[in-house]
Amino acid sequence: MSNIEESKFEVQVDPVSIAPVNPRLKNFKDFYGRLRKNKAALVGLYVLIILFFISIFGYLDTIFGFTGVNSNATNLAEKLQKPSAEHWFGTDHLGRDIFYRVLHGMYITLGVGFTATFLAAIVGVPLGIISGYYGGIIDTIIMRIMDVLLAFPGILLALAIVSVLGGSTFNVTIAIAIGALPQFARIVRGSTLTTKNLEYIDAIKALGARDGKIIFQHILPNIMSPIIVNTTLFIATAILSAAGLSFLGLGVQPPTPEWGAMLNDGRNYMYQAGHITFFPRYDDRYCCSCI
Amino acid sequence: MTQFIIRRLIQLIPVLIGVTILVFSLMHLTPGNPAVIMAGESAPEATVKAIEARLGLDKPIHIQYFNFISNAVQLDFGNSIRDNIPVFDHIKARFFTTLELSVWAIIFGVFFGLLIGIISAVRRYSLLDVSLMVVALFGLSMPNFWLGLMLIQYFALELRIFKPTGWGSLEQNVLPIITLGTASAAIIARMTRSSMLDVIDQDYIRTARAKGVKERVVIFRHALKNALIPVVTIVGIQFGGLLAGAVLTESVFAINGLGRLIIDSILQRDFPVVQGAILVISVSFVLVNLIVDISYRMLNKRVDLN
Repeated sequence: MSNIEESKFEVQVDPVSIAPVNPRLKNFKDFYGRLRKNKAALVGLYVLIILFFISIFGYLDTIFGFTGVNSNATNLAEKLQKPSAEHWFGTDHLGRDIFYRVLHGMYITLGVGFTATFLAAIVGVPLGIISGYYGGIIDTIIMRIMDVLLAFPGILLALAIVSVLGGSTFNVTIAIAIGALPQFARIVRGSTLTTKNLEYIDAIKALGARDGKIIFQHILPNIMSPIIVNTTLFIATAILSAAGLSFLGLGVQPPTPEWGAMLNDGRNYMYQAGHITFFPRYDDRYCCSCI
Repeated sequence: MTQFIIRRLIQLIPVLIGVTILVFSLMHLTPGNPAVIMAGESAPEATVKAIEARLGLDKPIHIQYFNFISNAVQLDFGNSIRDNIPVFDHIKARFFTTLELSVWAIIFGVFFGLLIGIISAVRRYSLLDVSLMVVALFGLSMPNFWLGLMLIQYFALELRIFKPTGWGSLEQNVLPIITLGTASAAIIARMTRSSMLDVIDQDYIRTARAKGVKERVVIFRHALKNALIPVVTIVGIQFGGLLAGAVLTESVFAINGLGRLIIDSILQRDFPVVQGAILVISVSFVLVNLIVDISYRMLNKRVDLN
């Protein structure tokens, strides 16, 4: 009888299935599994990875000169040439090869976008968590400051900051990051407000956990989804803003081959050579579509 | 409702004070003496002193801020460093051009956004729907200066249908309106589609169809009317954004609007004009957002905005 009962409740367990699974690997698998179902997102991701490696190559090429081409070197004898086997994207008004300028400029355009977004997340996420977790006067002060920053639409705040700091790659990155702060802070604050009232947070508080541990080990991992979504969405906006500021002559300064600055350079020669603005603007749009 | 409006107006006060502090600080956060920057490094000291006196930079900071606020309330933003003309005159002359451009762009955006959104929702998951949404995605990811240059290239320089620069005549206005309104059209289209899809599956739509109501009436009178509520919010936010988005469009098409005034003034270090123009755009944006909030409340009484 006892043997029968024991065998009745005996469960055949596969030793592999109870092996500890790395939670990060599991999260990545879940994420990739969901991504695979969305074909457009998957194509975007692959193209973005390719562009990322191209931009790395472009950056290394500017340092080590694999191709032996200096994209800033002028050659007036070859100015405004149409695309050919020698110059794939043609040449600009100073005879510079547009293909190499697009290639060498890719890491700047993407770099400003990614760095600005990363900076905004690094500052905005803690502000949002502190605001949502502690509430009260801290919340009021942080959120009112964010409201003030939100009162400047689009690239207006970045323009205002650049007008003070002056135009350069670093200043544009800072300006775009400051402009994105309220977006991150508000989204994270909202998620924190929801999460901090959940039962498991009450439980960990009852166990005597400190605020730092609660925030970083229990709240932050559970609000990562909106942070990741917002970060991905903002990268495209940051790239466009950086290119826009450079296009206006207030961002990355010539002769640096940033795409917005190249468009600005080339627009005066559009009538003579339409190709001069085609490639930088096409690549810019392509990157943002993928993101 | 009145209580809600009063509360929102009171909430505006700290935001507006913050905006004025930030705009006021622009000149003071500049590394170095702003008067020297405006006069130029090689300017004689007398000129620098004159600029300091004219802008009140020789007074304590809190007095300067108080003067800035009290003058700004009276729409006095001081005089331009460049030509000594009152900043408000510069702004007044160009504000309405930017406003006109933004209004036409939002009309363009709403018309095409609704049209594409409704067609996509009605023909959902069809090839037409997918194609329209791909077009909307491109519209969304295109920088407007990119689109502007492309339109100039083909429609002004090659086909010569429209003029490449300026504002005023129909030939000049079409391209800037398309340039500025395309991103809004794309966002409105996506929002309308998703909002319509939410509504189309509701029981009351099925009931309307079961009663034999014509499909056109179901879509426009029953579904669209309710789907429009979130779209109105997007339209309002977009319109506020267009005031700033016009900066790039005006630069591409050489339109003498507020955005171009800001860019020119930044490049010429004309801080009073930069401050005045940025303040006008941000206050307009805040007021537009207030109107959006109120209209959202009026349209959708189920929403509790407390």
